[in-house]
Amino acid sequence: MTSSEIFSIITFIYGLATLLYAVSWIFKKVLPGKLAVAVTAVAVVGNLTGIILRWIESYEMGIGHAPLSNLYESLIFFAMTIAVIHLFIEYRYKHRFIGVVASPIPFLIMAYASLPKVNDAIQPLIPALQSNWLIAHVMTCFVGYAAFAIAFGVSLMFLFKPADSPEGSGVVSRIPDFDILDDLTHQMVMFGFLFLTIGIITGAIWANQAWGRYWGWDPKETWSLITWLIYASLLHARLMRGWQGKKIAILSCVGFCAVIFTYFGVNLLPGLHSYQ
Amino acid sequence: MTKSSNPDGLGQQLWKFFASVKLSVVILLSLAVTSIIGTVIPQNQNPVLYQQKFGDVLFKIFNALDIFDMYHSWWFRLLLFLLTVNIIVCSANRLKATWKIIFPKKTTYRADRFRKAKNRWTWTAGDSPENLKNAYAPWLAKRYSRYTEETSENGYLLFGEKGRWTRLGVYAVHLSIIFMVAGSLTGSILGFDGYVNIPEGKATDTIFLQNQQSEIKLDFEIKCNDFEFTLYEDSGMPKEYRSSLAIIRDNQTVAEKDIVVNDPLRFEGINIFQSSYGKMPATELNVTFTETASGLIYNKEATMGAPIEMPGNAGTLIVEDFRPNFSFRGVNLTNVFLCRLMPTEGEPRHIMIPADFPRFDAMRQGDFVISIADADFKYYTGLQVTKDPGVPLVYAGFLFMIIGCYITFFMFHQQVYVEITAAGGKTTVTTAGISAKSRPGMTAVTRRLSRQLQKRA
Ligand code: HEM
Repeated sequence: MTSSEIFSIITFIYGLATLLYAVSWIFKKVLPGKLAVAVTAVAVVGNLTGIILRWIESYEMGIGHAPLSNLYESLIFFAMTIAVIHLFIEYRYKHRFIGVVASPIPFLIMAYASLPKVNDAIQPLIPALQSNWLIAHVMTCFVGYAAFAIAFGVSLMFLFKPADSPEGSGVVSRIPDFDILDDLTHQMVMFGFLFLTIGIITGAIWANQAWGRYWGWDPKETWSLITWLIYASLLHARLMRGWQGKKIAILSCVGFCAVIFTYFGVNLLPGLHSYQ
Repeated sequence: MTKSSNPDGLGQQLWKFFASVKLSVVILLSLAVTSIIGTVIPQNQNPVLYQQKFGDVLFKIFNALDIFDMYHSWWFRLLLFLLTVNIIVCSANRLKATWKIIFPKKTTYRADRFRKAKNRWTWTAGDSPENLKNAYAPWLAKRYSRYTEETSENGYLLFGEKGRWTRLGVYAVHLSIIFMVAGSLTGSILGFDGYVNIPEGKATDTIFLQNQQSEIKLDFEIKCNDFEFTLYEDSGMPKEYRSSLAIIRDNQTVAEKDIVVNDPLRFEGINIFQSSYGKMPATELNVTFTETASGLIYNKEATMGAPIEMPGNAGTLIVEDFRPNFSFRGVNLTNVFLCRLMPTEGEPRHIMIPADFPRFDAMRQGDFVISIADADFKYYTGLQVTKDPGVPLVYAGFLFMIIGCYITFFMFHQQVYVEITAAGGKTTVTTAGISAKSRPGMTAVTRRLSRQLQKRA
């Protein structure tokens, strides 16, 4: 089996997990929920296998490099990271509430990656990308983005939860307590912020290695800084001004919009990130 | 103004203004929002382009606000400056109190604080308070840097505490920003950012500054012995750009290195990066004039920039410039010489002569078809030459930032207590924990503590 075949299969497995989570959520059933966790775990293992296989394939083509060098490869890594964090949270919180918002994200990402406009060929590394900092940079950035994605999902839950929901009144009433959601958002934002910080820093060191400047205000750099500043504001508002709940949930959504723009939107702007 | 309406002096008011976290949030968000401008409007381009795009009025307004170089504008720098002052004042303001918490003269534990704590776990155990205490004490003492115990009416109170010092984490984060600001200032005052193109086999000691019309003389020469670029066989994508460089001082080679992208040459604080390359023709060119009417061929030697006489008194020709790529009516031509033709009669005109298409000039339908054949091309390497003594400061900032963020987010000052009480033949045990700023992680800490203790007895 080739890595591309594996990736098409796990796209469906992620889809199946999403479906199972939805079923267990809507019909309040335990079994589909348990199945969903298992299916997600299978998808993660498949995802990782695919990444390793793609790595090996690149060596067989004589252009060996870690599969983290273009949009397609970053999407695949992104999907896996989100699923891993999702499983970890379910394990830590002993609660399967998060799957409903977290499991569709890897599925959508994998589906997007399989669109024809995303080039899935294994390409050789151009000179600027031939650096170990590339691996550190991409990995840390995407772990950060993944945590922000989950924080975003949890914040959405928070915003959609009615303030006073009598027991058993529809699906939204099954959203966990505000406290748990608020707490989880905060945890995920802190985790993501640490990794985004390391991601920006490794990027700066790499740029200094390749072009002799650690910061050049190119649009991608600037947008990652904008994202960083938004989350830094969130943390300060929370730690120092005691903001909680709705305000934090909204800021976390704004922050995630900035993440998405840094990732996809920057290509619409004049001038390009030099290494893409 | 009377004294009572203004109890604080100006200095104090300023201090208060800068000591607020509200201000930090406002500045952080302002930086985020204003930074967007520079990503929407391309920076540092030719003013003519801007004028065309925005029209006269908007161009003047934007220009006055330094929008076209906004990251170096006075107002953006002011924001960065305010941020720095804000961090310094805030930290100074708080450090004293924090210091007292970290290094207290004496510590006391009040059980009622823990009794009010949210994170409480209670269970009953079969053993006597005495035995339980003896089972728990060494375990707690190992895990908490400060451990004390007290006897209560019918039992014991055990206190554990650790991580006071983690309150310093946030100062490391804020200090890191000051390091970065200091580093970037140092770099912009004492450093430079230049470039130079050196043909193979040539050397130079003069480099040109980026964004400025000035040059710098180095106290050594950079020589390019060789430039090579390789492509991947299958895809034709670039694989490597490699320049063999030598540093020459007083006619002696003092350093040598093959540089590639991501692996620069560093010499006495000056860094030389592979940044681009290009092709240029040898100075001696062979220009061929083919008479349209007779088909007769005349060859002439030419140098760039110097006029040559055309055959038959037809006029003069200057080869003015060379472009490796040139777009002509949507077609991309390679190796194009741009020339000026000054006929004996008539207006001077600009013509182009692509070296790879000798019949191209026939289109002009002149008396002669001009071509430049067998031109000898040489590669030059494009180097970026920088000096930035601020980098160590900035990198130190990076390190503090990461360590500080880790400490601030994932470690915290925590205090726990275990209350062991005998009541009616049974023993109840209660654990509770409190943390600075009621950290959410404290719930997990207390839960784990209670589980571990239940395992012990
Ligand atoms: C980007 C630039 C930053 C600015 C301008 C800034 C500014 C400030 C200011 C003015 C305060 C209040 C004064 C004080 O308590 O010392 C503060 C507090 C704080 N900041 Fe920052 N900060 C920045 C970055 C960060 C980052 C990246 C973190 C994340 C680790 C952080 C974490 C904190 C915390 C935890 C506090 C509360 C301190 C306390 O309780 O004493 N700051 N910040």
